[in-house]
Amino acid sequence: MKFTFSWLRDHLDTDAGLEEIARALTMLGLEVEAVHDRGKELAPFTVARVISAEQHPNADRLRVCVVDTGQEHVQVVCGAPNARSGMMGVFAPAGVTVPGTGLFLKKSKIRGVESNGMLVSERELGLSDEHEGIIELPEDSPLGAPFARVAGLDDPVIDVGLTPNRGDCAGVRGIARDLAAAGYGSLKRVHHWGGENKGAFESPIRVHLEFPPEARDACPMFVGRYIRGVRNGPSPRWLRERLKAVGLRPISALVDITNYFTLDMARPLHVFDADRLTGDVVVRLARSGERLLALDGREYELDDQITVVADGSGPQGLGGVIGGEATGCTEETTNVYLECALFDPLRTAATGRKLGIVSDARYRFERGVDPTAVIPAMEAATSMILELCGGEASEPVIAGSEPQWRREVELRPERVTQLGGVEVSAGESESILRALGFEVQTDGSALRVVPPPWRPDIHGEADLVEEVLRVFGYEKIPVVPLERTSTLPPPPLSPVQTLPVKARRTLAVRGLAEAKTFSFMAHAEAVRFGGGAPQLRLVNPISADLDTMRPSVLPNLLDAARRNSDRGLADAGLFEVGPQFTDATPGGQSLVAAGVRWGKTAPKHWAEAARPVDAFDAKADAIAVLEGCGAPVAGLQAVPTAPNWYHPGRSGALQLGDTVLAYFGQVHPSTAEAYDLDEGAVAFEVFLDAVPLPKARAAGKARAPLQLSPYQAVSRDFAFVVEDSVAAQSVMRAARSADRQLVSDVTVFDVYSGPGLPAGSKSIAISVLLQPLHATLTEAEIEAASAKIVQAVEKATGGTLRR
Amino acid sequence: MTDDLERVRDDVLAAISAADSLAGLEAVRVAELGRKGRITGLMKTLAGLSPDERREKGAALNRLRDQVAAALEARRESLARAELETRLRSERVDITLPHRPQPDGRIHPISQTMDELIDIFGEMGFSVAEGPDIEDDWHNFEALNIPAEHPARQEMDTFYLRERPDGSRPVLRTHTSPVQIRTMEKMQPPIRIIAPGRTYRSDHDATHSPMFHQVEGLLIDESTHMGHLKGCLIEFCRAFFEVSDLPVRFRPSHFPFTEPSAEVDIGCSREGGTLKIGSGGDWLEILGCGMVHPKVLANCGIDPTRYQGFAFGMGIERIAMLKYGIPDLRTMYDSDLRWLRHYGFAALDVPGLTGGLAR
Repeated sequence: MKFTFSWLRDHLDTDAGLEEIARALTMLGLEVEAVHDRGKELAPFTVARVISAEQHPNADRLRVCVVDTGQEHVQVVCGAPNARSGMMGVFAPAGVTVPGTGLFLKKSKIRGVESNGMLVSERELGLSDEHEGIIELPEDSPLGAPFARVAGLDDPVIDVGLTPNRGDCAGVRGIARDLAAAGYGSLKRVHHWGGENKGAFESPIRVHLEFPPEARDACPMFVGRYIRGVRNGPSPRWLRERLKAVGLRPISALVDITNYFTLDMARPLHVFDADRLTGDVVVRLARSGERLLALDGREYELDDQITVVADGSGPQGLGGVIGGEATGCTEETTNVYLECALFDPLRTAATGRKLGIVSDARYRFERGVDPTAVIPAMEAATSMILELCGGEASEPVIAGSEPQWRREVELRPERVTQLGGVEVSAGESESILRALGFEVQTDGSALRVVPPPWRPDIHGEADLVEEVLRVFGYEKIPVVPLERTSTLPPPPLSPVQTLPVKARRTLAVRGLAEAKTFSFMAHAEAVRFGGGAPQLRLVNPISADLDTMRPSVLPNLLDAARRNSDRGLADAGLFEVGPQFTDATPGGQSLVAAGVRWGKTAPKHWAEAARPVDAFDAKADAIAVLEGCGAPVAGLQAVPTAPNWYHPGRSGALQLGDTVLAYFGQVHPSTAEAYDLDEGAVAFEVFLDAVPLPKARAAGKARAPLQLSPYQAVSRDFAFVVEDSVAAQSVMRAARSADRQLVSDVTVFDVYSGPGLPAGSKSIAISVLLQPLHATLTEAEIEAASAKIVQAVEKATGGTLRR
Repeated sequence: MTDDLERVRDDVLAAISAADSLAGLEAVRVAELGRKGRITGLMKTLAGLSPDERREKGAALNRLRDQVAAALEARRESLARAELETRLRSERVDITLPHRPQPDGRIHPISQTMDELIDIFGEMGFSVAEGPDIEDDWHNFEALNIPAEHPARQEMDTFYLRERPDGSRPVLRTHTSPVQIRTMEKMQPPIRIIAPGRTYRSDHDATHSPMFHQVEGLLIDESTHMGHLKGCLIEFCRAFFEVSDLPVRFRPSHFPFTEPSAEVDIGCSREGGTLKIGSGGDWLEILGCGMVHPKVLANCGIDPTRYQGFAFGMGIERIAMLKYGIPDLRTMYDSDLRWLRHYGFAALDVPGLTGGLAR
């Protein structure tokens, strides 16, 4: 909502300056988004007379002018074709910046002739695109006066961002009322409001409201008036200047008058060229398929939810949104039909949205227009038309009636203090509400309040508290520190909520960078990763690439890996901790820590060669996350089954019993290819929701007592020849279970297949640590333990000790 | 000492100082003090002497042996030192060579900022609540006093999913406010929660992303009022931006789910085209808040005649961008490693009010 300072002062008698008013508006909830003060910006530019203009000695197209600024005579070199002696122009002295070009003016020599400023064009002042010549002012313009004042540009423009509840402030009147209530002056009577025009004849055009019962609210009231014999032409200068200042293009007196009331009183109006209407006006819902060429030059196809103002030949306007081209007023209009109506806010908003029309009328109707202002606005607009365009008005044609708007809201004055935290007396609350136009009656200790008709947003006590507080001043509410409910706050995160935090920090420690990627992706990608169910598709995606909720985090990471790899970041890793979706219910969302590594384990380095990443890097990441999250990793079982986006022979799942906690492995070569990634990238997905939380123990977080043995530990190595299909895990398990007391650690230090071994077999070499607790092991005991280990492994794996 | 012994001594000491390696020195030791060495041999001759001679010569020989031993030790030390020096000289590396690559992981600024938020509000007694990203109409709109035809619902640019068989249409939550509703449906006051999380709006340009993050705050009890709201958020702003005298301004605004409502601005300066958070005469909007609307409380089964409190919501990207000088919103979701390494945080840079917020 834009208006000028002088326009505001039509309604508000105030001594407050521009800055004070702007601050006050913001603190009233009418946020000032910009103040454009051209009087100030253009202050250095003054009216001057060209005393002489002579040909530049060294340039055909330049003239050397002597300019009388009212203070002194200054020499200026000027290139404008219209510079001539005797003319009045606008002078810019050296030392100012020209707003239209951003050029800083310096004293200079142009082709050898001194120039001490310039005579400016409209474009140079940022007023228009006119650059054919310098500005010419009337002969009698006051020499030396500020140009902005002479040109009527010194009226500052204020731009307020309105919240959707304040339709009343879509008019200057409403803004002035808020300021007056807050003590910034008093509200003036407006001379153009409150009059009445006697009708000289009966309107030949009648109005019919034809709505089905369920759409009766679409247009509760419509007033028309026929005015004959008008002369339409440009509106007076004051009106044109005001409209231009707030960014509207003056069109003609009739149209400018309707725009004026839209901005001044938040009361949109419409004028039809009466001679272009056929028969009576019918306000009704459109019939599906009807079309309208609107005043914005676009043609719209209508449906049966849209309110139209129609005549005998069809829709001539969209109620509350925009008028039609065919019946619009032109310079030739002599008979005009004036419309002032009420349209349903919701239907108006829906129409505007559906058709993509943003108009000043829609802006106001969708926020709600004062239902009591229909007749006064009709009369005020009639008066102004008669005054500016002449003519003779008919009696008004009134269809429908003013809807019921009075309602009573109770305010217990103490609620202002209870909610607001600041002492405001009942008397203060009452006077603030009255100043805003509310009717207030005292009823015992409560106030019975009737909101004014222009405030359809006020429904409950809390709304009244806000009205009182915002006028009283939020800045007067004392700051109170939040009280603690206990000296030490409870932990902000529950144990399960700490898992994503732990997963993130763990993966970052391991060298992966955290990404944040969208929760939606292309349908085809979702399908590749086992998703794409219809219930997870967006109806209105921002693009087809982002139309399906992701079934896995990996596709986005693979995509990011490729982008980074293309940029030359060849050896790196990314992870994300975020949601994935299996259905559209709350239970269908789960939290995953997923990651991708590609290229080598490290960049090229002089000291050691890096190796390509492999499935075991991904396995280590997954186990690190699980361990970081407190999962019992010692009991994890690696199972060679993973979804089909992994390499079938180089991937697996980490399970606790039957519960899958993670997948890891090399990315399936066809998946890698689909993402233009080099083969060899590895990935993991850890399902944080599946991680079992440590059981609360009686001892809390206390650990089992540490048992340190004073006796020497003994390490023995064994190699077993087993079939290819035997998992290292079963060799290690068997060795460990051979003597649970004695065997404290088993590691694999070699895996071999090839010459020297039967085809289809491999050798797995393990190192076993024997840790006695009660006495040093004797050679015989070591032998016995070794034999048990060999026996256990051979039995479990069908292999033999390699000798 | 006899002349003989003196000659021997001079001879040995000369040999010791002439030895130029530990091996050469060892040869001297063996030649003099070894089992078949010269001085050892002289010691053996003592047995054939009379007691008086033996006493006299024995003492002299002992002195000689000690002298030689001391000279050997001194020489050994100096040779060892020299040899070590020589070896160390040959072992020099070019210490300007780069060290082996270290893990270079990063935490995303959005996660880091969330951790900071949780830390600050956690200190004020708020705990974290969560809700699903795919919401229903009730939690995202209706219960928050945004009825179906309310313009605010349209302005939210909602993403819709396919209609369910029962005719309901799930939405991607447009704000974290539905977590307020879910929390109040589950528990009675006192309530103090924050809810950071992903949010979605169908808007994509330089300053809007179709997915972004918000944090919601909710405090409900019997007496909390706007003064507390101010206290809570002023302290938050000053702690988060680490400017102890940061100006914070509350101005009236409008949201369907709070009444009275406010928007919060923090002080800044834009001098010279650079934005600086702090006192500088200019203002920057960072969040919306207000007293929870009585209808919202009632919708969740909380008695609005007994309980009241405040709610707030802010964009996490926005405050992260302001604090860490990140110029472009869209880069947040690009997963560009160069960006992540520049704007991201070290793994162990864990924010905390005791150890300090982020680096």
